[in-house]
Amino acid sequence: MAGFLERMFGRAPKQGTGITAKERLQFILVHDRINLPPERLEMMKKEILEVISKYVEVDGSGIDIALQKRQRDSLLVAEIPFSRPSEGFDQDEDEDSAQAEDKP
Amino acid sequence: MGAKVITITSGKGGVGKTTTTANLGISLARMDQKVVVIDADIGLRNLDIVMGLENRIVYDLVDIIEGRCKLRQALIKHKLFPELYLIPAAQTRDKTAVSPADMIQLTDQMRQEFDYILIDSPAGIERGFRNAVAPADEVLIVTNPEVSAVRDADRVIGLLEAENKKAPRLILNRAKVEQIRKGEMLSAEDVTDILAIKLIGIVPEDDQVVPSSNSGVPITLNDNSRAGQAFRNIARRLMGEDVPFMTLDEPTSLLKRLGRLFAGGKGN
Repeated sequence: MAGFLERMFGRAPKQGTGITAKERLQFILVHDRINLPPERLEMMKKEILEVISKYVEVDGSGIDIALQKRQRDSLLVAEIPFSRPSEGFDQDEDEDSAQAEDKP
Repeated sequence: MGAKVITITSGKGGVGKTTTTANLGISLARMDQKVVVIDADIGLRNLDIVMGLENRIVYDLVDIIEGRCKLRQALIKHKLFPELYLIPAAQTRDKTAVSPADMIQLTDQMRQEFDYILIDSPAGIERGFRNAVAPADEVLIVTNPEVSAVRDADRVIGLLEAENKKAPRLILNRAKVEQIRKGEMLSAEDVTDILAIKLIGIVPEDDQVVPSSNSGVPITLNDNSRAGQAFRNIARRLMGEDVPFMTLDEPTSLLKRLGRLFAGGKGN
């Protein structure tokens, strides 16, 4: 029914190259606006991680650094989870006990 | 303050800046506004020919600025509207013959006498563009639903932001209803989403636009044209009227759409 109504009122469907154009533009314009092409952003990410890794251990699998836009402003949003600290307690032991507790 | 100075620009060439300027000028004049349209594309004069005034040029924009004529002498009166004037671009000079300060001074001289001063900007983002936007109270960005035109529009919007200009408004020109319906073309909603500026008009693709330029009679003088109607609506919005956007689907009747629905099914 919704599809029927949409076709009746001529709404643009979510298929075809129109949506591709929109997605490509949305991606590249965020980079254009701050004059930082995608490849250079990758280089910057690597450097940021290198710097952070000098001070703390980083959990490589959970890293998410990306450009976002809010209206016409761009921002760099980074989610960089730390690895669990390994000093103090014996890490293996600690993890084993945590897992044991999680089990029903 | 008097006149409102409105610059029509785009970044990319060939999207319809001159057609838009001509049609908005005429639409405003039809509503009894005193209007002057300025061709700021020095070296590539064409607003005159689109408006059918090419045979009346004696002096041009650079002649005024360099003092070879009085401002009044370079104002070309439109054939149909005695309160619509054109200042043509110089044909044999380049953009450096004029500075942004010159444009501000020129428009300031005319503000008292007119209601609207429309400036047809050249394509690009260099000197000619800077000349055209310097005196603007408001900027209209013309774009087409194509990746290249939208990207250039975004660049221009960014430059205007950097100059602390009031947020420009968008004219989506040459929208093809059928292609948008099939999802093969960016819709007005898509483009405003991407550019994050307000829309002031959607002009549908219209086969009559080229013939009307051919004859020097802008499309908005044709009361049956959908593109002409779109330009008249934009002019009314410029004057502060709240005009609803045309639904682009209008010319196909309900019956036709029903037919398409049952004939085409989901393949549409």
